[in-house]
Amino acid sequence: MGMTITEKILAKSAGKSSVAPGESIWLNVDTLMTHDVCGPPTIAIWKKEFGTKAEIWDKNKLVIFPDHYIFTENEHANRNVQVLREFAGEQQLPNYYDVGTERYKGVCHVALAEEGYNLPGTVLIGTDSHSCTSGAFGLFSTGVGNTDAAFILGTGKIWEKVPESMKFIFEGELPEYLTAKDLILQILGDITTDGATYRAMEFDGEAVYSLNMDERMTLTNMAIEAGGMNGIIAADEKTETYVKARTNREYEIFNSDGDARYHSSYHYDCRELEPVVAKPHSPDNRGTVREVQGTELTKCYIGSCTGGKLSDFTASAKILINQKVRVPTFVVPATTEVAAQLEQETLKGISIKEILEKAGCIIAQSSCAACLGGPMDTTGRAVDKDVVISTTNRNFPGRMGSKQSEVYLASPLTVAASAVRGVITDPREFLI
Amino acid sequence: MEKIIKGIAYVLGDKIDTDQIIPAEHLVYSMSDESEARKYGQFALSGVPAEEAGLPAGNQPFIDGDEFESRYGIIIGGGNFGCGSSREHAPYALNKAGVKAIIAESYARIFYRNSVDGGFLVPYESMEKLNDSIRTGDELEIDMQKNELRNLSRNTMHRLRPLGDVLPIIEAGGLFEYARKSGMI
Ligand code: SF4
Repeated sequence: MGMTITEKILAKSAGKSSVAPGESIWLNVDTLMTHDVCGPPTIAIWKKEFGTKAEIWDKNKLVIFPDHYIFTENEHANRNVQVLREFAGEQQLPNYYDVGTERYKGVCHVALAEEGYNLPGTVLIGTDSHSCTSGAFGLFSTGVGNTDAAFILGTGKIWEKVPESMKFIFEGELPEYLTAKDLILQILGDITTDGATYRAMEFDGEAVYSLNMDERMTLTNMAIEAGGMNGIIAADEKTETYVKARTNREYEIFNSDGDARYHSSYHYDCRELEPVVAKPHSPDNRGTVREVQGTELTKCYIGSCTGGKLSDFTASAKILINQKVRVPTFVVPATTEVAAQLEQETLKGISIKEILEKAGCIIAQSSCAACLGGPMDTTGRAVDKDVVISTTNRNFPGRMGSKQSEVYLASPLTVAASAVRGVITDPREFLI
Repeated sequence: MEKIIKGIAYVLGDKIDTDQIIPAEHLVYSMSDESEARKYGQFALSGVPAEEAGLPAGNQPFIDGDEFESRYGIIIGGGNFGCGSSREHAPYALNKAGVKAIIAESYARIFYRNSVDGGFLVPYESMEKLNDSIRTGDELEIDMQKNELRNLSRNTMHRLRPLGDVLPIIEAGGLFEYARKSGMI
């Protein structure tokens, strides 16, 4: 019987000719990623369990991006980065991207792509739930905790149960007023936050392959919001072009077989969809933008691994050009590369950065920033009863910093349109 | 490993995510230094909105005042317990607060793995919805051999889903102990 792309990659990694859902297997990990929140405890567990003279299984396969709590006075947070720095020095790690140096990148999931670590056909494990993002490049990627990561650090191995796969097919051309964020919020509303628990979410269809890599990453990024083990999109020419421009590491392309078995399949016709939001306090609390239109806002936020990529800002700029925002609007480019691209890319001859600045947006330095609240001095953090519309991925109570705040998740187009009006606004008002 | 887990129930609703279990601003304390590590216990479940804290009444703090440990040892949850981030700080914080086991209708995968692999607590799945019949403060007893939950305060018994594949890891006390026992490391 045929296998899905996820099953094929897992079989290869486990050294088997085939695997079936439900089977527990040990995988050989190709890339392990960690950051400043989970890196220090992972290192501590590794040292405790393997002894101080222990060797890392493969230094070239370990990648560390400090990204969560970076531009803060919080001493504990800064100490965590110091722990990473010392570890990287002591172990002579080739893939450490230190704060305060030219190597500093910012949000790990976007940086993994930019630095050429997202290799089709490989297994990537990260100490971050949004590690599923990398699956946009046709690889198996998932998040784990510190103990699992420490185990990989010493052995290169992890146990997994082969997931059943769910397929999500988007047909038709994506209209100008929709982005990948609308597609994934649509799915979340349909299957809810545990609709894909322990399963693989495979995205397919003409509309998905019409998306650039940034947008594909938005889809796979939020697989975890449905409880998914991984999100995955088979690699195509666009993927290869992106990867080859950034690395000469080897990779292998896998595709699902025609007779592969799926837990379920969902079909969407893009022409029938409309801009949506996730209302407070859950990413699956979907409503159309029309339904919540007019909701008064106190803050807008464009950033994170979900909504802080170049495409997110070019989309926002389409609406913000020659406009002024009515509420404080925070722009956080996910990485330093995205920040640099904002100056290079132009719309109607004006750089994206200038468009955003002229509209009155506050542009912060690349990091996770207020996506997860963070220390008190974090840029854009929700306070008190803030009502926020954001391109990020989670709106659980308190996620952006205040338990009393209300957070709506939306596409960069919807956030930009809402920033201009000061109330939740359908982007079609500006685009049609 | 203990075969009977006793504890006082602390009842929560559905979708208790990791930001409610341990809010992100607290993820900065060292886990190796005990004087800091116990703060994870102090702030465990501090992100749960007051009206949802300790059902059905609500407004029942999990941790009293500035304590580092809770008097509640067993958590009764609803669906999708532990959804959200991959932070192992979540089951760790509950462990630090003195929680021995959770019984929920379902779990988010990473939280479940972390609970088991880190040896922090036993995540049981219930066969039925329990957070509407068990009340915060009830005295509970989990029989791990029979996969049963006994509510001593109400004299009721509920069946629990067997732990399956992960039982050997739980019995060993975590992933590293399991790997050592089985000769992997
Ligand atoms: S940007 Fe937000 S979701 Fe993405 S890695 Fe950072 S904290 Fe997590």
